[in-house]
Amino acid sequence: MDFKFTPENLERINAEIKKYPKKQSAVMAALYIAQEQNGYITTEVMKEIADILDMHPHDVLGVVTFYTMYHQKPMGKYHIQVCTNVSCMLRGGYDIWNQIKDKLGIDNMQVTQDGKFSLEEVECMGSCGTAPMFAINEDYFENLTKEKVNEILDSLKNTN
Amino acid sequence: MEKIVLPDIKDFHKLEVYLQHGGYSAAKKAFGQSSDDIIDQVKRSGLRGRGGAAFLTGLKWSFMPKTTDKPKYLCVNGDESEPGSFKDRQIFEYNPHQLIEGIIITCYAIGAKVAYIYIRGEYHKWIKLMQKALDDAYAAGYVGEKMKEKFGTDFYCDIYIHKGAGAYICGEESALMNSIEGKRGYPRVKPPFPAQNGLWGCPTTINNVETITNVPPIINKGWEWFASIGEPKHPGTILFGVSGHVNKPGVYELPSGTLLTDIIYNYAGGVPGNKKILCVIPGGSSMPPLRGDQIEGVKMDAESLKAAGSAIGTGGIMVMDEDTDLVKVLARIAHFYHHESCGQCTPCREGTGWLEKILKRLIAGKGSVSDLDLLITVANQIEGNTICALGEAAAWPVKFMVERFRDYFEQRVSKEISLPVANKVHSMRHTAIPVEEIKH
Ligand SMILES: Cc1cc2nc3c(=O)[nH]c(=O)nc-3n(C[C@H](O)[C@H](O)[C@H](O)COP(=O)(O)O)c2cc1C
Ligand code: SF4
Ligand code: FES
Repeated sequence: MDFKFTPENLERINAEIKKYPKKQSAVMAALYIAQEQNGYITTEVMKEIADILDMHPHDVLGVVTFYTMYHQKPMGKYHIQVCTNVSCMLRGGYDIWNQIKDKLGIDNMQVTQDGKFSLEEVECMGSCGTAPMFAINEDYFENLTKEKVNEILDSLKNTN
Repeated sequence: MEKIVLPDIKDFHKLEVYLQHGGYSAAKKAFGQSSDDIIDQVKRSGLRGRGGAAFLTGLKWSFMPKTTDKPKYLCVNGDESEPGSFKDRQIFEYNPHQLIEGIIITCYAIGAKVAYIYIRGEYHKWIKLMQKALDDAYAAGYVGEKMKEKFGTDFYCDIYIHKGAGAYICGEESALMNSIEGKRGYPRVKPPFPAQNGLWGCPTTINNVETITNVPPIINKGWEWFASIGEPKHPGTILFGVSGHVNKPGVYELPSGTLLTDIIYNYAGGVPGNKKILCVIPGGSSMPPLRGDQIEGVKMDAESLKAAGSAIGTGGIMVMDEDTDLVKVLARIAHFYHHESCGQCTPCREGTGWLEKILKRLIAGKGSVSDLDLLITVANQIEGNTICALGEAAAWPVKFMVERFRDYFEQRVSKEISLPVANKVHSMRHTAIPVEEIKH
């Protein structure tokens, strides 16, 4: 399946290219934009980005696999990232992690059958002072309690 | 106590409020002086990097070549991924213009025409806030070509945000530059140092967000003023992020040299349930942990912490009460460094894995006393044998935690395992416990 950027997204990539003396520097931004458009990074996506940025597709792949925020398979509509690093752990991060695992019936990097939720155990997110925390897609939820977690998940379950 | 980096002023993040309080006047003042003068003032102020190594900022700037045909660059390090650190995000949110002003002054001092602010990818919200401030500064002429008109100088510079994508190692300065170049975030072998051979092979300076945010007040109020705050060898205020078992976790801006116990008990409200403190990591998870009975009288600045057997790091203070399971904490720390090792150096790539496996064996109750020595041996074999300091970051917590809590750890190893068997396990071909068996 071919992948082409929408004209608006091509514009955005061109704006990114302008920030740097070399095109390749825009690869991280281009991958974010592709992930936004396509949901995840495919071989075709990497080929297209390689073409635009005059890179070898293998070098694009090298970048994709180096960073945890690029996904090579579809994630849930709501991608839940639970921090279990020390400061969160000390304040119940693993309880939150286990609670969500049980509630959704999925483990690390798995997606619920309806495609709505996916789960990821992540490293310190810079919310140690408001721990425990998770992020759903781009938004942080901090000072979590068992009740708060239930509330948030239930409210998302009821959306389309 | 006056706050330098995070002043208590309502809406200070807005350009108009920042301007009302003298915003961008330090830049105006700086552009009226020579770049050497600026470097000299920052040197004399004694400002030291807030990114982990506490290196003298003015000295670092002076390494930038004066005569070169190549463009020069400034990278501002906002990767903030060291566990226990959450201070730079406060600057993005509450004081972005002082950071921008610090950047344009720094660019002027080192002769850079372009600066990149590298912000970790997870900070979507703070990237947007920072971009908004940057857009406002551009529109008003405080950044970019319009600076010439605004400040009446020949000098101008551009500032761009580069968004990371989830890799702790990209906070290491040479990995950060590779990441900006669109490559895998592998640290580079040094020398050559960035001031000679940095971004795209050009002279480059890398500074932490908090470091740069200190620059405008130093220019405005003078280096003498700055040098007189806190500990003379590490002056100024420091953003201390307190997390873990305290009643009021958060970021506290205090003079360097403030007592660690003062921060924990007074500012952060003490330990819930008045429990005793078992362990404190004073500067983010890479720094040597201190026993609860070692923190009395310890001042929070680079020199004092070194003398106390730890390091200031990012100023992220992690507090653990007496009921904490230290073996689990250390295993979690080891897991982090194993996960974040970029894999270029064998001692780091393999050693971090072994540290994690041995610690998980302890959690499962199948460790032996000699495992404790093995942990220290492996840690020692990583330390000093790698390309970048992630090696030390992985080795230190393990080495010092096991050494300083030897009795605690000995109580946690199984007495039943006979030494010959344990030694066999140490052949390192058996990892003994499948990771899945370990429940938290
Ligand atoms: C593994 C590793 C991770 C690092 N992460 C960061 C970081 O997130 N932010 C930071 O400012 N410095 C980080 N550093 C330190 C940088 O390499 C560099 O020393 C610092 O940004 C210099 O700025 P300063 O002199 O203003 O402190 C890290 C270092 C290592 C070895
Ligand atoms: S020490 Fe570890 S993180 Fe640093 S370069 Fe070597 S393998 Fe990579
Ligand atoms: S440890 Fe969880 S956000 Fe820092």
